[in-house]
Amino acid sequence: MSEEKITLLSDASRAEIDRWVAKYPTEKKQSAVMAALRIAQEQNGGWLSNELIEAVAHYLEMAPIAAYEVASFYSMYELSPVGRHKINICTNISCMLRGSDEVVSHLEQRLGIKLGETTEDGRFTLKEVECLGACVNAPMFSIDKTYYENLTPETIDKILENLE
Amino acid sequence: MVNIEINGKVIETRDGVTLIEAADSAGITIPRFCYHSKLSIAASCRMCLVEVEKAPKPLPACATPVSEGMKVHTRSPKAIAAQRSVMEFLLINHPLDCPICDQGGECDLQEMAMGYGSGISRYTEGKRVVHNPDLGALIATDMTRCIHCTRCVRFGQEVAGMMELGAPGRGEHMHIGTYMEGTVDSELSGNVIDLCPVGALTSKPYRYTARPWELRSYHSISPHDCVGSNIRVDVRNGKAMRVVPRENETVNETWIADRDRYSYTANDHPERLTQPMIREEGEWIASDWDTALTRAAEGLKAIAERDGAEQLGALASYSATTEEFYLLQKLMRGIGSGNIDHRLRQVDFRDQAEQPAYPALGQAIQDLELLDAVLLIGSNIRKDQPLLAQRLRKASRNNGAQIMAINAVDYDFTFPLAQKCITTDLGAELSGVLKALLTLTGDSAPDSLQPLLTGVEPSEAQQNIAETLKAAPQATVLLGNTAASYPARAELQALANLIAELAGARVGLLAEGGNSAGAWLAGCLPHREAGGRAATVSGMDWRAMVKAGLKGYLSLGIEPELDCIESAAVTKAMEQAEFVVALTAYTGEGLMAQADVLLPIGTFLETAGSFINTEGHWQSFGGVARAAGESRPAWKVLRVLGNLLDLNGFAYTSAETIRTEMEGLFGDVPIGNRSEWTMSEPTKLHQGLLRIADVPIYAVDPMVRRAMPLQATADALLAVRLSANSRTLEKYGLADGDQATVSQDGGEATFIVAVDERLPDNAVYLPAGISETRGLGGSFSPIQLAKA
Ligand code: SF4
Ligand code: FES
Ligand code: FES
Repeated sequence: MSEEKITLLSDASRAEIDRWVAKYPTEKKQSAVMAALRIAQEQNGGWLSNELIEAVAHYLEMAPIAAYEVASFYSMYELSPVGRHKINICTNISCMLRGSDEVVSHLEQRLGIKLGETTEDGRFTLKEVECLGACVNAPMFSIDKTYYENLTPETIDKILENLE
Repeated sequence: MVNIEINGKVIETRDGVTLIEAADSAGITIPRFCYHSKLSIAASCRMCLVEVEKAPKPLPACATPVSEGMKVHTRSPKAIAAQRSVMEFLLINHPLDCPICDQGGECDLQEMAMGYGSGISRYTEGKRVVHNPDLGALIATDMTRCIHCTRCVRFGQEVAGMMELGAPGRGEHMHIGTYMEGTVDSELSGNVIDLCPVGALTSKPYRYTARPWELRSYHSISPHDCVGSNIRVDVRNGKAMRVVPRENETVNETWIADRDRYSYTANDHPERLTQPMIREEGEWIASDWDTALTRAAEGLKAIAERDGAEQLGALASYSATTEEFYLLQKLMRGIGSGNIDHRLRQVDFRDQAEQPAYPALGQAIQDLELLDAVLLIGSNIRKDQPLLAQRLRKASRNNGAQIMAINAVDYDFTFPLAQKCITTDLGAELSGVLKALLTLTGDSAPDSLQPLLTGVEPSEAQQNIAETLKAAPQATVLLGNTAASYPARAELQALANLIAELAGARVGLLAEGGNSAGAWLAGCLPHREAGGRAATVSGMDWRAMVKAGLKGYLSLGIEPELDCIESAAVTKAMEQAEFVVALTAYTGEGLMAQADVLLPIGTFLETAGSFINTEGHWQSFGGVARAAGESRPAWKVLRVLGNLLDLNGFAYTSAETIRTEMEGLFGDVPIGNRSEWTMSEPTKLHQGLLRIADVPIYAVDPMVRRAMPLQATADALLAVRLSANSRTLEKYGLADGDQATVSQDGGEATFIVAVDERLPDNAVYLPAGISETRGLGGSFSPIQLAKA
């Protein structure tokens, strides 16, 4: 097992992963893979490099492909670099009925990028997601870990202006 | 037991089985893709939906356990509707490119679509296209055809013990692939070809060369390891087109190793010898059988008459057929020489008289799965006997077996090791284990082994091994190929025997090649005749022959400089001999330099014969492919040679007549393998730098060495290396990537150095059996290392 790969995970990340590993039976370390990938992603500014996925796999004693399966399955893991702020726009049915199309076009226009792209200054990434469970206040998006609801072009502009 | 009803038929079945198993054993067909009896249940394809009375929806037969009184319908309107719908879904993204698909004609999807599909699809949208990863030299991919049954993925995880294939992506983007487009390197990888129910994974060497309906299938036995895997050879116009496993639950289950699957590709290698050749005044000339055989017989006869028959020696491959071994020794003994040997990778013969009838596993292959504790001694079982390792993996997974190893290399196994000792002094480790066991049981060792125990203090690991073996209800001690070629092999075996006895364990000897058992029983040995009778004219072992520098040699199926563990010595002996006759399927640099007559013989694909496997299972097979050029089965060549040498009893008409004669001599093949040996003096291991030389998986015999697809695998490419741990390298001022020159036994060679921390101190690993190390000395013998 390659020690170098594991050291790609910071001490803090490793301590955090260990906390998750402790929740499962000792021979089932892999059960912590989702948490471990999330921790690695946060450590790396929001995305997972192949080296980091491997590091997680080695740390949890699983095959790299198995960790990669998880990383590529869930849309909240990013496999390429993202902007400082990730805007997750819900376009699922409730949000769509309440005008998510306009939210998307407003954002695309304002930022000059399409869904799935990152602004050149590395500030924002736009991403289309499925229902985030905030349908009561549709349309909505989340930026990083915060939910923003009942969106209008005006509120969107305000929200974005407040972000670095 | 429970009673259920399938399609109105009452079936009594074991509790806890699934519906599909119950139906299979009752001979009722339920279509399936993802289900496979040797793999875990995924229940993902839904092809096996059946109607179960009182259940609201159709249920997947592969994941539904039977229960008392269950009434099942596999062909009711509801079941048929479900199967048709599933089939329609499965075909939505399938390219339907059967005319250009290698699987065509033997495709589960084709057959299920014919049998259970509806013939029309309502899907008119675009189909998805999936990129084809390059998995290496053995497996071709057409991933658009994949139906995501995940059999290939589960095989890697569960059976091969290396998860190389996976299913990244989700929904429409899910696809089968490897991490970062890596190759699939497991030694069992080819089995995914058989498992894949569609044409997504097919055999790369076989690709586009034949259609299944053009092939005739024959039964055969793989000659490359002592498992004796049952294979099916598919032949077109006399040419072997591919090899696939033949199910035999007690031997190879449904698997074969890649070595068994792809060695056929060497059958028409350009180096095949297709014509007898003789050396005339130093020049090789093509000859005919009459001339060559007469030349061979006269040459041998001349030496026997002039210098005495003891100036002749015979060296045979570990993988010749039992019939060939038998005739070879009969011929040699007929002309009065007892110098016969096949143990070409063994160097210690002190206990040969006390050896059991043949190197046996000492138990059924199947029973390995039931073990609770295993001690591997000097064994890379995973690469040497891949399917035995697979059984141990099962013991570990299903039975929680504690597997322990005393090895010279910390080999990568597909099961966890509960304990390991990595050292060049295998004997010392065993002595420690023995000492610990003696203390546990209060017994004392026989006097002759006392010198090995004086001053021995068991380490913690040795103590653990002893306790684990002793505590386990079912335990086995296995001596592997490294142990067999160990300079103090006799001590290892004696220690292992005693350890097993004290621990209540069995002993297993993992033999080299495909037919060591046959060689022993047929008397292809200097000290024993057929059936294990003590030889009347005893002779020299191969090493003694080489050392004595005999005048003439007869070799069978080998390239001496690659198949004998001490390459330098044997090369010299062969080159200096007056007259060498080689029965061989291949030419090759070595033989061209050493021999005087080359007689072309058939490979196992072209010869009738039999192999006896490690559990004493005697399996016959016929010749399945047309002989290459003028080559002849070796038993026929030996028969004619016997006749030309005016020997009696060489009037065989078929391989069967030889087997009948042997059966009379062998009696029942025994399974036990204990031996009693009295050591007179312990072997002293050289104290300086030692060479550890095992034989890599794809270097074991002339055929495998010429199987190009196998030679393109990671296992073969990685084998050409000189490695040592960083402490040892430092001592010689070497670093990873440096060039180093080694010299051993008068031979010299230069290699790129690799660091390998799996090695013990004071040792370099440099494999045998590969052309890069020909001309060097043996294993666990001194070697000089210097920066180049
Ligand atoms: S490649 Fe073959 S075996 Fe693997 S998931 Fe696809 S269809 Fe199944
Ligand atoms: S549909 Fe948008 S949050 Fe549920
Ligand atoms: S065979 Fe039952 S779901 Fe695939």
